[in-house]
Amino acid sequence: MAGKNTVDKSLDLKNEVCPYTFVKSKLALEELDPGQVLEVHLGNSESASNVPRSIDLEGHEVLSVDRPETSHWVVTVRRSQQ
Amino acid sequence: MALTEDQIIRYSRHILLKGVGGVGQEKLLGSRVLVVGAGGLGSPVSLYLAASGVGTIGVVDADEVDLSNLQRQIVHDTDDVGRAKVESAAERIAEINSDVRVEKHPYRLNAENALDLVNQYDFIVEGTDNFPTKFLVNDACVFAGKAFSIGGILRFQGSTMTHVGSSACYRCVFRQPPPKDAVPTCSQAGVFGAVAGMLGTVQAAETVKYLLGLGELLTDRVLSFDALTMEWRRVEIKRDPNCPICGENPSITELVEAEQATCAWQPSGAREEAQTVQTGV
Repeated sequence: MAGKNTVDKSLDLKNEVCPYTFVKSKLALEELDPGQVLEVHLGNSESASNVPRSIDLEGHEVLSVDRPETSHWVVTVRRSQQ
Repeated sequence: MALTEDQIIRYSRHILLKGVGGVGQEKLLGSRVLVVGAGGLGSPVSLYLAASGVGTIGVVDADEVDLSNLQRQIVHDTDDVGRAKVESAAERIAEINSDVRVEKHPYRLNAENALDLVNQYDFIVEGTDNFPTKFLVNDACVFAGKAFSIGGILRFQGSTMTHVGSSACYRCVFRQPPPKDAVPTCSQAGVFGAVAGMLGTVQAAETVKYLLGLGELLTDRVLSFDALTMEWRRVEIKRDPNCPICGENPSITELVEAEQATCAWQPSGAREEAQTVQTGV
């Protein structure tokens, strides 16, 4: 599913921890236009569970959460229309 | 304006909030707030606004720090006794947050300078110890179309209201300052230190909410607090079409300063519930 979306911005937050993973994801989403897609790379399981949930609560659409490696998660998000 | 790495960390707990975010934080950093009175209420107001990253804080106060102020005026330290309050407050604000620029106004707000001063700011917070200044802030802000918060404390109580646009103004509720002899002095009445924190913090929250367009403000309402019962009361007030300044046929058309009556707390004819939008002491 994520493969069908053009990624407009990619953010490497593998060395960040909560809450900065979400803080920086949120700041990046604010910079995008509504409907654009952000890809966030995370490096710990706590962020991998918190970030998609927080992004969802903000009203954005979490398109996918992939785990290409043991300690690497990729969250793909579409910015809300607001 | 992009937030620096340090700013992202400093303001992260704001940025996390829905309705604030980086956009809101940048808005705060670009905002200008005037704090009238660096005393009991002005202390928590300026401390929280500084910590919140309100980019420019104007402080107007003609007084020097007195030892008897320190029981509640937490922006000043013991070493500040004898210094101008604006200097002392500015130093403390700078220590809290170097993102904040302080504009020092070491004089009394009066009919000549009030309009020009309020026009330079986005929001005005009044927390002085006297009625003439409360009415002056109200009148200047109504003339300038500026939103403001007025707060007052005395003994164990305090109250506050916010005015924005066409909401009720201070004169809609309290027509004019009470007679000079009708009010107790600060030293006679006393003030419970923490009440300044309770009310000043409400005023700081109202300021930031206004700047960010968040939630509901204390417009058309007076919020009162009693530390002895720990009860908050919200009393509805209405814009008065006969108000001498914001009514349909205003009789006040220019700024005039009422006679000084410090530590006034009981405006004659005011509603029992609302009468504690008093003094900032």
